[in-house]
Amino acid sequence: MTSALEVREVHKRFGRGGAAVDVLGGVSFAVEEGEFVSLIGPSGSGKSTLFQLIGGLEQPHKGEIRIGGQVTTGQRGHIAYMPQQASLLPWLTVAGNVELALEVAGTAREEARELTGSWLARVGLESYAGEYPHVLSGGMQQRVSFLRALLTPRSLMCLDEPFGALDALTRMQMQQWLLKLWEANRRSVLFVTHSIEEALLLSDRIVVLSASPAVVIRELRVPFERPRSETLWTDPEFNRLKQEIYAQLSQGEPAAR
Amino acid sequence: MGSKWAKVWPPLMAMIAFLLVWQGAVFFFRLEKWFLPGPAAVVQEAISIWPRLWEHTAATIRLTLLGFSLGALTGIIVGGLLHLVKRVKLSVYPLLVLSQNIPIIALGPLLVMWFGFGLLPKVLLIILVCFFPISVAMMIGLANSDPRLMNYMQMIGANKWHIFRRLELPHALPYLFSGLKIAAAYSVTSAIVAEWLGSSKGLGYFMQLSSKGFMAPRVFAAVLITITLSMSLFGIIALAERWIIRWQPRKEGG
Ligand SMILES: Nc1ncnc2c1ncn2[C@@H]1O[C@H](COP(=O)(O)OP(=O)(O)OP(=O)(O)O)[C@@H](O)[C@H]1O
Ligand SMILES: [Mg+2]
Repeated sequence: MTSALEVREVHKRFGRGGAAVDVLGGVSFAVEEGEFVSLIGPSGSGKSTLFQLIGGLEQPHKGEIRIGGQVTTGQRGHIAYMPQQASLLPWLTVAGNVELALEVAGTAREEARELTGSWLARVGLESYAGEYPHVLSGGMQQRVSFLRALLTPRSLMCLDEPFGALDALTRMQMQQWLLKLWEANRRSVLFVTHSIEEALLLSDRIVVLSASPAVVIRELRVPFERPRSETLWTDPEFNRLKQEIYAQLSQGEPAAR
Repeated sequence: MGSKWAKVWPPLMAMIAFLLVWQGAVFFFRLEKWFLPGPAAVVQEAISIWPRLWEHTAATIRLTLLGFSLGALTGIIVGGLLHLVKRVKLSVYPLLVLSQNIPIIALGPLLVMWFGFGLLPKVLLIILVCFFPISVAMMIGLANSDPRLMNYMQMIGANKWHIFRRLELPHALPYLFSGLKIAAAYSVTSAIVAEWLGSSKGLGYFMQLSSKGFMAPRVFAAVLITITLSMSLFGIIALAERWIIRWQPRKEGG
């Protein structure tokens, strides 16, 4: 079986000569079909850079990227994407924003409209369908942003710290919301986060990056049964894993410098 | 409702005070009408020759609207094309800026010399004056869309057309409208200049005729109408802007 995403020995350097910075120092990992993988690493370790490479906006120095078994290094248009800031187009309505993402991915306009309408209703946002994004709260905007990525007909979803800008309570609600939606519609997901708890709650597997030049210092399978709920937080195994990853992150950082 | 009044009445009061001082000065210093007429005399004169005045006004409105629409169209197209073809933009842009330093008072007679006394040189003059602020506003608007939104569009693999149509163009609209508002005022005054330089109708022609005959009240009446035209065109564009750009949160109060 081919993986949804394979990142092979990817190196990335910014600048040249003496001012050059190695950001990625040979990163390799994979996301299997229908698997939820979280990427954790210190700030500045190159997670967003990795996304730009997967999205085809930047070229790696060395190494290659495969999506659905096909080499897509430097090619755009293979992923569904959800950025940290909701990035909804202010001149399109909520429905219009979702439809645009589908249209860019090649869905016919009629079909995009139907799909959007039925899904907005399904997640309880139908009363906002005709509103412009600025009337929505931050959490609501992120729901639309997630829905937009979920409906995009592409095999891999890349979410870059989607809840990083939200307050703690909204963030928790969003995690539950996303967990339910994803467990009902398993897509291949690569998810960047700074929160170890978030990664443990949501993912099947966690990939830990070192500080830049980043390499994978740890990969671990998250053993909890699905469907999951917030009661997981009280599980002793949950806390043990959290400690373990935390230790790894804080010792991985100085070692790489 | 109350807040609307609070915005309207200070300039209104200033306007009324200005008119009163003007009228008072004319009366107090016993100024002759041909030298400086008071506002009352200007209005009186305008009413007494209204049919003729309206004919000239209508001619100016036609010329202005024709020149302005063509100028706006040219500006939008030039701005859009230069944005899409970056290399051409870099080479042509300085030339465009340079062209704006040619005084219209010099350009007008040249256009008349080349294209005669018909409608063509007058419309050309207005187009030349109008299209520059519009195309520049358009280009600035198109080139300055939010980098985060741009990154999003690129990440989802949007092509050039999608990016232009869904991101850059809507973002450029408020810029375009401020360009249109500036050009509106320019187009009315250029129409007046064009008519002044070579025409047998229009407010510009009427002003020239009246000033040669030392009929100051008529000149003032024409000026008053010119200002009204300019403000009306501005108002229409502002209304169109509010109607088209509906996605922005409305600013409350002052
Ligand atoms: N276009 C660029 N040119 C030069 N340097 C860059 C560029 N993009 C990113 N960098 C550098 O690469 C490093 C990694 O940045 P990146 O944004 O990928 O980190 P990150 O892991 O996403 O961090 P965070 O967790 O804070 O979002 C940073 O040191 C950054 O300054
Ligand atoms: Mg980042």
